[in-house]
Amino acid sequence: MTGVRRGAERAADRTTDRSPAGGPALEVDPLIDDPDTRIVVCCGSGGVGKTTTAAALALRAAERGRDVVVLTIDPARRLAQSMGLTELDNTPRKVPGVDRTKGGSLHAMMLDMKRTFDEIVEQHADPERARQILENPFYQSLSSSFAGTQEYMAMEKLGQLHGGGSWDLIVVDTPPSRSALDFLDAPQRLGSFLDGRLIRILSAPAKVGGRGALKFLSAGVGLMTGALSKVVGTHLLKDIQTFVAALDTTFGGFRKRADATYKLLQANGTAFLVVAAPEKDALREAAYFVERLDAESMPLAGLVLNRVHETRAAQLSAERSAAAAETLIELAYDQEEGADEPAEDGPSAEDLRLVAGLLTLHAERLRMIGREERVRTRFTSIHPDVPVVEVPALPGDVHDLEGLRAIGQHLA
Amino acid sequence: MTRVTPADRARFVPAEMVSLDCVSQATQHDSPRAAGADTDWEGVRLHVVSGKGGTGKTTVAAALALALAHGGQRTLLVEVEGRQGLAQLFETAELPYEERKIAVAPGGGEVYALAIDPEEALLDYLDMFYHLGRTGKGLKKLGAIDFATTIAPGLRDVLLTGKACEAVRRRVKGVWAYDAVVMDAPPTGRISRFLNVNTEVAGLAKFGPIHSQAEAVMRVLRSPETAVHLVTLLEEMPVQETVDGVAELTGTGLPVGGVVVNMARPPLHADDETDTGRALNAELLEAGLRAARVRPTKALVAALLKEAEEHAGRIVLETQERATVRGLGLPMYELPLLADGVDLGGLYRLADALREQGVA
Ligand SMILES: Nc1ncnc2c1ncn2[C@@H]1O[C@H](COP(=O)(O)OP(=O)(O)OP(=O)(O)O)[C@@H](O)[C@H]1O
Ligand SMILES: Nc1ncnc2c1ncn2[C@@H]1O[C@H](COP(=O)(O)OP(=O)(O)OP(=O)(O)O)[C@@H](O)[C@H]1O
Ligand SMILES: [Mg+2]
Ligand SMILES: [Mg+2]
Repeated sequence: MTGVRRGAERAADRTTDRSPAGGPALEVDPLIDDPDTRIVVCCGSGGVGKTTTAAALALRAAERGRDVVVLTIDPARRLAQSMGLTELDNTPRKVPGVDRTKGGSLHAMMLDMKRTFDEIVEQHADPERARQILENPFYQSLSSSFAGTQEYMAMEKLGQLHGGGSWDLIVVDTPPSRSALDFLDAPQRLGSFLDGRLIRILSAPAKVGGRGALKFLSAGVGLMTGALSKVVGTHLLKDIQTFVAALDTTFGGFRKRADATYKLLQANGTAFLVVAAPEKDALREAAYFVERLDAESMPLAGLVLNRVHETRAAQLSAERSAAAAETLIELAYDQEEGADEPAEDGPSAEDLRLVAGLLTLHAERLRMIGREERVRTRFTSIHPDVPVVEVPALPGDVHDLEGLRAIGQHLA
Repeated sequence: MTRVTPADRARFVPAEMVSLDCVSQATQHDSPRAAGADTDWEGVRLHVVSGKGGTGKTTVAAALALALAHGGQRTLLVEVEGRQGLAQLFETAELPYEERKIAVAPGGGEVYALAIDPEEALLDYLDMFYHLGRTGKGLKKLGAIDFATTIAPGLRDVLLTGKACEAVRRRVKGVWAYDAVVMDAPPTGRISRFLNVNTEVAGLAKFGPIHSQAEAVMRVLRSPETAVHLVTLLEEMPVQETVDGVAELTGTGLPVGGVVVNMARPPLHADDETDTGRALNAELLEAGLRAARVRPTKALVAALLKEAEEHAGRIVLETQERATVRGLGLPMYELPLLADGVDLGGLYRLADALREQGVA
């Protein structure tokens, strides 16, 4: 009976505020309608539907009257196009085709991490210094390929959008990473990395010259820089030192910056939505993430279980459907072998096989639904208080406003 | 005949030492498989498996290593992202930084696995070249190793690719330690950069050990002994990434291998990939259900037809995406979506499917 519950009882569950497989139901409308909600962050492991959910939520909020900006990260090309995002220019663009009768509006932007990083440098250094930094190979490597730069820059951009004050609601997508935790960890990692002991040691010689450096560097540390220069080459080490010194004197407070944005995530107007596919790995990640949010006192709005399979034909169980398919294949075989004369107007062998195919498909779908329910139940028994909303797997990709509205409807 | 296990043979041979001579060996290398075998990747000894995140890189890499080990070969599966995905897949304890036998293939083949830890690799490397001993540990404490493997542009990737290359070229008593090495590589978005990092580094570090190692590794990666396979799903984003990835790899001069379409849904008619089940109608379905002794209630028929229609839509999309992949003109393999997920048994089935399609 599992499948029926998904279809028919879903509406009933709503009214009792219970979602299908236990746990309170998540309703996003009250969340996005609440003027105190200023930031919604969509997190989750790779490929689960973070970008789609963020865009759908932002569109829904805008059409319900709020002035919204959505910060997307690497959206699918067609989705980006349908939101009017034709180039990666790091500024919010107005999304065409949004229903504005309730007075809201929607802007969207794609994060350009390198440009965001460059802008920080340009803002904080005089032009000559900025040029030095931007040209340094280490800076270039850091700003374009350091694991975590994308996360850091997403946070940075969020801080900027928030600081600008012109948005009523900011919806944030997060970078595709294996673990949702990366979003929280990477900025601090980068921050402490740049503020770290080693960086300070490395920057010392370049900053105060040889003699001062000696005072600062113990013999042991000297040996290590020596070793380091052997490994990376003196030439490279000098590049590192110049880079670090430049960073250090222009804005030593990398970690401070990261900390400030981190605090923003703990503020009252912020809500996290954890997106997950109904799969073991994704839900395990989601559970970790929920625990982490709790530990950090970050406000969790709930879990979006995306791409859930449904059926309206649960009365035909997986076992019976599979058995029926086998029967039909046997019948078709008998017919072809001439053992059975087909009834005058009865189905042909080919027809029988077609129906058998459908029944096999149905059996597989039910099995999948069963599996999905089991992993979901496991999650809700560990986290019974986390509100959950299910979004069905739509038959096609979600790549236009219509599709986003459909997703938004399911989120509501 | 007692064979020494590859893990016994070499702990860490710096890539520099091995890959430098491997280039000269490349021309005279012995065929990894029995004479007369006829497969698509004859002569390829390093299989790099990339693809969009979550498409099944780890799964396909493992299945490929099993397939290549079939019939008495010995393969090494290399993990570079530090996620212990292989251990999970093979249902074993966490892999240490050490080559370990992880599975056997039908016909006496063996699959070894290695999770490369860049920090450990760097320490080994330092020890080997500079005999750093305790200083190495001190460097680690200070965060220097972390620093070096995270920020020094690509040093981490140099170590990872270098270690893989070393395993590819390792010889014991004149024969290859491994018949093939399969790498569970970073995703498409980073693969060209990852593999090409040695070019970049060779440019940055103009002299010194890193420079020469980087150059040597690059020669191997660009050689016909290497093939970079891309895993995709028949969905818009992964296919787009595959197309972009192939262009980028080609542009970078890296050898593109095949495309593995993973988790493909079978059409209703198994022998016709374009069959969408559109021919189904209520009447036909009712008759079919009756023939199978299932009562064709209106609700059931309507619901099943809806499922057929959704499936049809999906198949149409998949057919379009498949055509795009086909347009790349690369060898293409297809692995089915396993309804119960991938367990160890499923992995062997996927390996068989790869073999049937001529991969190994
Ligand atoms: N409910 C749904 N039904 C059908 N397709 C969906 C649904 N949600 C998302 N998709 C599709 O799944 C794909 C991945 O979604 P999306 O890009 O939002 O994931 P993501 O979590 O942002 O991925 P990444 O981690 O790569 O950034 C897209 O092609 C999208 O159209
Ligand atoms: N053919 C298949 N049938 C069913 N499930 C599959 C199949 N291939 C992979 N999967 C499942 O899909 C998920 C992702 O697979 P896998 O971990 O191999 O992908 P990946 O590309 O390595 O991911 P990541 O980018 O996170 O490293 C896993 O849960 C895996 O079991
Ligand atoms: Mg995304
Ligand atoms: Mg993987």
